[in-house]
Amino acid sequence: MAKLILDFEKPIIELEQKIEEMRKYEDNLDIAGEIRTLEKKVDQLRDTIFSNLTRWQRVQLARHPDRPYTLDYIHMMLDDFVELHGDRHFGDDKAIVGGFGRLGEDTVLVVGHQKGRDTKSNVYRNFGMPNPEGYRKALRLMQLAAKFRRPIITMLDTPGAYPGMEAEERGQAEAIARNLFEMSHLPVPIIVVIIGEGASGGALGIGVGDRVLMFENAWYSVIAPESCSSILWRSWDYKEQAAEALKLSASDLLEQGIIDRIIPEPPGGAHRNHAAAGETLKKILLEELKVLKKIKPEKLVEKRVEKFCKMGRWEE
Amino acid sequence: MSWFRRSKENISTAGQKKDIPDGQWTKCEGCSDIIHRKQLEQNYFTCLKCGHHFRIGSREYFELLLDPKTFKEMDAKMRSVDPLNFVDTKRYSDRIKDTIKKTGLYDAVRTGTGEINGIPIVIVCMDFAFIGGSMGSVVGEKIARAIDRALKKKLPLIIISASGGARMMEAAYSLMQLAKTSAKLAQLSDAGIPYISVMTDPTTGGVTASYAMLGDIHIAEQGSLIGFAGPRVIKQTIGRDLPKGFQRAEFLQEKGFIDIVVHRKDLKETITKVLRLLTD
Ligand SMILES: [Zn+2]
Repeated sequence: MAKLILDFEKPIIELEQKIEEMRKYEDNLDIAGEIRTLEKKVDQLRDTIFSNLTRWQRVQLARHPDRPYTLDYIHMMLDDFVELHGDRHFGDDKAIVGGFGRLGEDTVLVVGHQKGRDTKSNVYRNFGMPNPEGYRKALRLMQLAAKFRRPIITMLDTPGAYPGMEAEERGQAEAIARNLFEMSHLPVPIIVVIIGEGASGGALGIGVGDRVLMFENAWYSVIAPESCSSILWRSWDYKEQAAEALKLSASDLLEQGIIDRIIPEPPGGAHRNHAAAGETLKKILLEELKVLKKIKPEKLVEKRVEKFCKMGRWEE
Repeated sequence: MSWFRRSKENISTAGQKKDIPDGQWTKCEGCSDIIHRKQLEQNYFTCLKCGHHFRIGSREYFELLLDPKTFKEMDAKMRSVDPLNFVDTKRYSDRIKDTIKKTGLYDAVRTGTGEINGIPIVIVCMDFAFIGGSMGSVVGEKIARAIDRALKKKLPLIIISASGGARMMEAAYSLMQLAKTSAKLAQLSDAGIPYISVMTDPTTGGVTASYAMLGDIHIAEQGSLIGFAGPRVIKQTIGRDLPKGFQRAEFLQEKGFIDIVVHRKDLKETITKVLRLLTD
């Protein structure tokens, strides 16, 4: 597959390629100093570009097809992972995956949206857009985790719940609502990680937890910028403005008190270095789990409800 | 989000504006019959000929359902603060100001306590006239407090929904109201207090994906549009027209998501019967 290079990544990648090229001649020519200068330059350039990303650019990064997905993180972080399938009522939704495995010394359940990387796998995964049975599979697994006192980690990465006819017939709304209801009082620690796209109820449907973490270049909001543009501006052309207005970046959401912690990404974004992104996430998850495991189940649930009840702004 | 296409005839001058058009004569959307306002009022704002249910607001529902002079409103003046300084083609803060002026309402939900055939309850009713019945921070907080009241006083809860979904102009704050209201309902459920969800036309998006679909008992007014995605979006996805009756109350009952489909004239008696069976 041809690599997707985003517009704002171009100058960085061109410079990196030039350095690559020069390295081939490093043994024959005395250019080590020149290479070092260029390397410094590319680091500076990357820093400048990435510290000034617009919200829309972050949305593009969150959707990058080379970005690590739930199963990538699972394989990087967990030992003895066993994937479990099906909602026991209708079928096995491929847009949500889940199973138990070992994270360090803890057995945990990981449940997350799963996208595909090319056309074929995207069709198989329905582009990461779950049907009701996906949410019901997630709930079944989370209830298993509660039964066996295993902490839950959920990973959010979806362009939205699937807006199809059959999804409606099988109760898309009910499935999401049920998950919010049940997740709010499951008596085990729940850590939510927004790894890519957090689009609306389809994302939140597995997103109620004690700690909500978010990757630096992920986005999370009530609606995707394009859809917001089409409804409020009645045109698809205002996606950049919509992304700005929605304040959907990790730093925005930290400020709004919607998330608890930002997970830093490797230089150039998680898609440039899966291993580094996986290592950071694992380290942070272990840290967070250590704290949550000490809290009594009743206290955990009480604090979780309180946390979500605080969200919102009003005057009276 | 059909509220953007609302025509000028719906813009009244002041006071308690109703969803149903002003003026003495109204054309029925169902059968095109011309109906006099008095006749509509006497018939629960439904069409005698075809049964079409006109959209009504919290004021009409409280009148229809509650025993006279029993309603005590809570948090009547809670209002949005435009937490994100949201601007699209209009400033959100102006949109709120204008809508308050136009409708006489402070936001898209009113809450309080009252009695229904002598049974004390906590009642919540949405107003579609207020920015499409959209759910932002105020809707979420008022419902959370209503649930707290139901918990404290051990009173059954009734929520009448009418909404296009979460309010875009409060972005992530709006989304989190789904989690907030659902979490409070879990507390209510754990306490063994009944919750009746009444869905009216339309109940879609984030409201359906949270409290509307979490009732112990689901009642829907006949013909109401109820769903997660709106029909326009689904049509776009599948690339063809939707079958007649798709996402209507009767269809949802057939698919197993609604207990009782009612004509509005039977709503009060149906709720009363259910409450007596669950609480006596
Ligand atoms: Zn009619």
